[in-house]
Amino acid sequence: MTNLIGYHTTQFGELWDKSLFDLVEEAINGVLKQTSLSNKQIDAVFFGNMLAGVLENNLHSTSKIAEILKVNIPIFRAEAACASGGAAFNLSKTYLDSNSNKNVLVVGAEKMTDYSPEEAITGLSAASSGEEQEAGLTFPGLYGMMANFYLEKYQYTEKSLAYVSVKNHYHGSLNEKAHFRKKITINDVLRSPYVAYPLKVLDSSPISDGSSVVVLTNNQDMIKKQKYSVAVLASEVVTDTISLKGRKNLDEILATKIAADIAFKKAKINRDDINVAEVHDCFSIAEILAMEDLGFWKKGAGGQKIKEQSTMFGNGGNLIVNTSGGLKAAGHPVGATGIKQIGEIFLQLTNQAEKRQVKNVKYGLAHNVGGSGGTAVVTILAS
Amino acid sequence: MIGIVSYGFYVPKYRIKTEEIAKVWGKNPGDVKKSLLIEEKAVAGIDEDSLTMAFESAFSALSTAAVDRNKIKVVLFGSETHPYAVNPASTILAEFLGIEKNYLAYDTEFACKAATGAMISAQALIKSGYSDYALITGSDKGMGKTHDVLEYTAASGSVSLLLGKDDLILEILSFESFSSDTPDFWRREGMRYPSHGGRFTGKPSYFYHIEEASKSLFKKTGLAPKDFSFAVFHMPNGKFPVQVARSLGFSEAQIKDSLTVNYLGNSYTASALIGLMAVLEKAKPGDLIFLCSYGSGAGSDSFVLRVTKNILKRRKEFSQVIGDKKYIDYPTYLKFMEMI
Repeated sequence: MTNLIGYHTTQFGELWDKSLFDLVEEAINGVLKQTSLSNKQIDAVFFGNMLAGVLENNLHSTSKIAEILKVNIPIFRAEAACASGGAAFNLSKTYLDSNSNKNVLVVGAEKMTDYSPEEAITGLSAASSGEEQEAGLTFPGLYGMMANFYLEKYQYTEKSLAYVSVKNHYHGSLNEKAHFRKKITINDVLRSPYVAYPLKVLDSSPISDGSSVVVLTNNQDMIKKQKYSVAVLASEVVTDTISLKGRKNLDEILATKIAADIAFKKAKINRDDINVAEVHDCFSIAEILAMEDLGFWKKGAGGQKIKEQSTMFGNGGNLIVNTSGGLKAAGHPVGATGIKQIGEIFLQLTNQAEKRQVKNVKYGLAHNVGGSGGTAVVTILAS
Repeated sequence: MIGIVSYGFYVPKYRIKTEEIAKVWGKNPGDVKKSLLIEEKAVAGIDEDSLTMAFESAFSALSTAAVDRNKIKVVLFGSETHPYAVNPASTILAEFLGIEKNYLAYDTEFACKAATGAMISAQALIKSGYSDYALITGSDKGMGKTHDVLEYTAASGSVSLLLGKDDLILEILSFESFSSDTPDFWRREGMRYPSHGGRFTGKPSYFYHIEEASKSLFKKTGLAPKDFSFAVFHMPNGKFPVQVARSLGFSEAQIKDSLTVNYLGNSYTASALIGLMAVLEKAKPGDLIFLCSYGSGAGSDSFVLRVTKNILKRRKEFSQVIGDKKYIDYPTYLKFMEMI
């Protein structure tokens, strides 16, 4: 059994005085200190990153990590757009499945705010299909189309979407590592400027810098030595068409549905066993779709369920979602996001989530999406 | 005591409304105005540039002071849109003002704080005995690329200050300067429009330098925000000066009269000084004014100024003068800015 024994994340936000690898180094040093591991005890590293090659002409990041860690071990980079972190995690688990008694670092990082919005948006658009790029469809545009279709089909208004952001900003206010710590109201969301109708600024996750890292091990002695440890019950990566036009349904992300079904089957637990989940809310609509596609809510019910606010911390619900603040408030340093999600579940399962600690947590799920649903990663952890 | 003997300003009469620009680009004008707090901005005509506007403001400054122009041995011209890359505008200005040739002239450039930096140099030249008077000008025909956020803010205007040691209207009680290598806004040689680092122009740039220059001056003088009648900051948009004033401990009442950016835009080198012009319309003898500029690249100059009774004799109408305006449409704006 693979266990997750440590997590560290840098602050997420506009970290103008830090480079990509300053952040990676800070995260790695943090997790090594926490777990009392030395660099020599690390057998492999998996690195989730999307944009270093595009924005800073920096692709051989694996070697740079070797330089930082001062090791000569296998290091691999995983790229799956915004699911790069989740994909790196999945690869590391697969690596451990075929190598016994190993300790692995899974690092996710992104440096985005040193670039103009135009450069960052162009870089992020590399995660969409060529046809979509030629048509001028950015990700706000793609998710805007999905949101429009969903609201029309199930007869909801933009107000339903706003509840996602209000909840996640409240959670972000409880997370000192979050990019945004400010609570917002439904009116704040509804009055914010449109980015791509019906999505507004406060429906959208930001461009952020940050790095997060977890330590995985299948060394039973190491697990016993550690103060904190959670079991990785499942990690599933599923892909789908890159273009929206290739999808059968616009009100779902099929890759999420398939990944969730496999993950729950492998974990041998039910949906209602999950107490905390980090789902991929790059835009507010994405959290509603995720909750339905993961099987927590019935298809089409999300627009109403989100207004009941049962997934908000402090409301006594059985499933609390995005306690980190989600991508919306915790920030979205693309490669780091998938690791931060898993790390947040680790914090919850080990009672380290401080002000946002959910009580009696046994199972948690992390859901990471690349592009408009071309990749989905679902991870299930247990205390 | 060294200070300001007289002042003059020039704001071109043309205005373009935020709505007029926003509608061209399919933006919601309400969103743009809410974000920038700018209703309209002043635009120089097609036959105007930083030099012609400098002449207007300098002529106005000299016309209210009974000063022998030959005693002005320092002429400094701060701008980021000097008409020539090589060839001083300061000498052309001095020539047209009829200042005799025995003077030191140079053009200064430090983004939007080129004139306040010149003010520090000028007061030192007076203090050293080199000259009895010094003329400094901050003047810009501010350019912003079309469809850039600067298009809503970059404006035109000019302020000239005659510095001396006697018969002052404003005494420079103290000043500080704070600088660092912070590339938040730049225009390379040969490039027509400035580039900027978006949100990087805020916290690590504008706010950091203004706050440090201000705190350093409070420490040096033992003064606190409550001691001032007015505070004036560089105004790249309507939000930043309000936010920095609040963070330093100034009240809304202390800053509101200086916020010319809301209706004139950001005239770069002249921006903070135009705010000072608006404040001088209301200031009373004995009032302390806090002035802090910001220049990208980056640095801030902070000043403690004290108003003397001479303001009653040499005060200039401000709101009435800038009230004489004419609205232009977007194509006319492009023509005036020589973009088409």
